[in-house]
Amino acid sequence: METGELNPNYYPARRAAAVVQHYLNTRYGSPYRWMFLGNVHNASSEDVTEGRKYQLELTIQEMISNVSGPCSAELLFPGAGTPQVQASCDWLLPNNTRAQEEAFYQQHRDSHNLVSGDRIPDSYGHMEPTMKPFWHLGGVASSFIMLEQSNQSTLYNMAQVANFTQLETEKDQLRFQYHVLLHEMVSQEIIHWKMLITWSPAEGVKVLQTDLQPKCNCEDPPDSIN
Amino acid sequence: MMLCLGSVGLVLLALTVQNGHGAPDSAGWNGKDTTERNYYTRYHNMAEISDWMEKMKRENPDVVSSMVYGQTYEERNITLLKIGLNSTKRKKAIWMDCGIHAREWIAPAFCQYFVKEILQRYKTDTKVKEMMKNLDFYVTPVLNVDGYIYSWLNNSTRLWRKSRSPGPVGCTCYGTDLNRNFYANWGTVGVSTNCCAETYCGTKALSEPEARAVTDMLGKMSGDILAFLTIHSYSQLILVPYGHPNISAPNYNELMEVGLGAAKAIKAVHGMDYTVGTSPDILYPNSGSSRDYARLIGIPLSFTFELRDKGEYGFKLPEDQIQPACEEAYAGVQHIITYAHDKAFYSSAATVTTTLWTTVMTAWVFSATLL
Repeated sequence: METGELNPNYYPARRAAAVVQHYLNTRYGSPYRWMFLGNVHNASSEDVTEGRKYQLELTIQEMISNVSGPCSAELLFPGAGTPQVQASCDWLLPNNTRAQEEAFYQQHRDSHNLVSGDRIPDSYGHMEPTMKPFWHLGGVASSFIMLEQSNQSTLYNMAQVANFTQLETEKDQLRFQYHVLLHEMVSQEIIHWKMLITWSPAEGVKVLQTDLQPKCNCEDPPDSIN
Repeated sequence: MMLCLGSVGLVLLALTVQNGHGAPDSAGWNGKDTTERNYYTRYHNMAEISDWMEKMKRENPDVVSSMVYGQTYEERNITLLKIGLNSTKRKKAIWMDCGIHAREWIAPAFCQYFVKEILQRYKTDTKVKEMMKNLDFYVTPVLNVDGYIYSWLNNSTRLWRKSRSPGPVGCTCYGTDLNRNFYANWGTVGVSTNCCAETYCGTKALSEPEARAVTDMLGKMSGDILAFLTIHSYSQLILVPYGHPNISAPNYNELMEVGLGAAKAIKAVHGMDYTVGTSPDILYPNSGSSRDYARLIGIPLSFTFELRDKGEYGFKLPEDQIQPACEEAYAGVQHIITYAHDKAFYSSAATVTTTLWTTVMTAWVFSATLL
C-alpha cells in the first residue's frame, strides 16, 4: 500500500473520501441536506498502530442547495470495525435549510396522516416531488450503515429507497421504517438493509435499529418474455 | 420485411409512451424534431430498440445496415448497426458496444443517441462525413440482450447486472458477469468464483455466448478496428487497459493522452468531471473485460466509458439527464474517434504535435500523473 502522498484521483483516496461523505451525512444530513463527494484535492496515508490513517482535502457538494465547499478530514481505518472520522467543513453550518426542515417537521409531526412510499427513485430515475425529502432522508440514514460498513475495499452508494413507512411520532421525533438498497461498487453487490430511524430538526437523523436482509438466492426459472 | 411499425406508427408509439416521462416539449420545434427529441430523452425496452434499429436502416438505407453476430443464452439475436458510406474497399472500423451490464440503462440510450447524432451530422459536418467515408461504425446498442430484458421485467429485476445463463451444477443462481468472461487474464483478479456473485466470471473464459459473439466478430475484423469503446455506468470514468495491476499496455501514454483529451472535451459540454486511468488505479482491479481483450488482440485504442452519475441516482439516472449525459459522452467519444481516424489517415507528425500540446494542457488541468 502506498504511503505518503496519494494520487487524489486514484481509488484509495477516493474510497477514503467517500467515507468522509458518509460521516458528514450522519452529522449534518437531513431531509433537506444531503452531501456528496466532489473532488479530492490532496490525500496522504500512513500505517499507524491502530490501522491505516488518511489525511484528505476534498470538496463536498450539498445536493439540495447545490453549494460546494472545501473540507479537511482525517480518517482511520482500524483493523476491524467502524472507520473513525474527524472532518471540518467550516461552511457547513445550519442556514436556510432550517425553514424547510421546520416546515417539513411540522407537516409530518402530527400522526394523523402517516406517510409511506416505495421505489424511490423508480426504474426511470423518477420520483414524486413530495417523495424527494424522504429520499434524502433515506440517503442520510443509509450513511450510518455505509459508514459502519466501509473499509479500504468498499465504495458505497444508496441505490434506492425500496420502501419507507412513517410510524407514530415519539418524543417529538418523526419515526420511520426504511428498506434501502445499497450498491457496493467493488463487489458490485446490491445489499438490502432495513432501518428504524428518527429525525427532528433539533436532534438530526438517528438510526435506532439496522437489519441486514439476506441476499435472496431464490431465482425462479426465467419467464420466456420478449 | 417488417412493415408492422412504420415511421408513423413509431411516432404514435413514442407520443403515447411519452406520457409521464421526460421533459415537456419546448415550443418552436417542428413535429418531427420534437418527436425525435422526446424519443432520445427516454429509456427504451428491447422491443423498442429493435424497432428503432429497423427504423434507422429504413431511413438511411445508403449508410446503415445491420448484422446479427451471435445469439444470447436465451437464443435472442445480438445485433449491431454498421454505419458508414459504402465503399468497394475494405474499410477501417470503430467498435462501440453498450449494455454489457443490464442495469446500466444510460448505456444503450447513449448508443442510440450516438447513432442518431452521426446520421444527422454527416450530411453537414465535413469531419463526420469524412469519417463516415473512411470508416465504418459498428454499434451494438444492447449486447446483453437477455439481461436487459430481464431488468425491464419488474421492480425486483431492475438492478440485474449479469447474463441470464443458469449457474453451474449445484448452484441455483443465474448469470455470469459478461465483462469478466473474456479471454484476457481471465479469472485472475476482481472476480468471484461464487456463481451467485455479481462479478462471477463463469465456468471458464468465453463460457458465455455473448462474449463469444464479440470475440468472433472482433476476430473477423482483426486489424481493421482502430478504436474499441465499451459503454457502462456509473462513476464518470474513462478506463484504459489493463485491469490487472501488474500489466501495462505498451501504449499507456497514448491511451492516457487520448483519454484525458476526451475528458477535457466532456467537461467542456456541461462541466462534468470524468476521471481517466487504468481500472486498478482509479476504480478496482479486474480481469476478463472486453476492453482488455480488445487491447490484447492489438486494437490500439480501447476504452471503457463509465457514464453519469457519481452515485446520487446511480444506475437509475433520471430521464431528464439522458440528453446532457449523452451530449457530453458524445463529445468524449468524438475526441477518441477523431484521433483514431486522423492517426490512420493523416501524417503522424501533425498528430503527435497536436496531442503533445493537448497533453500539456490536460495534464495541467487535471493534475494527473503521467508515467
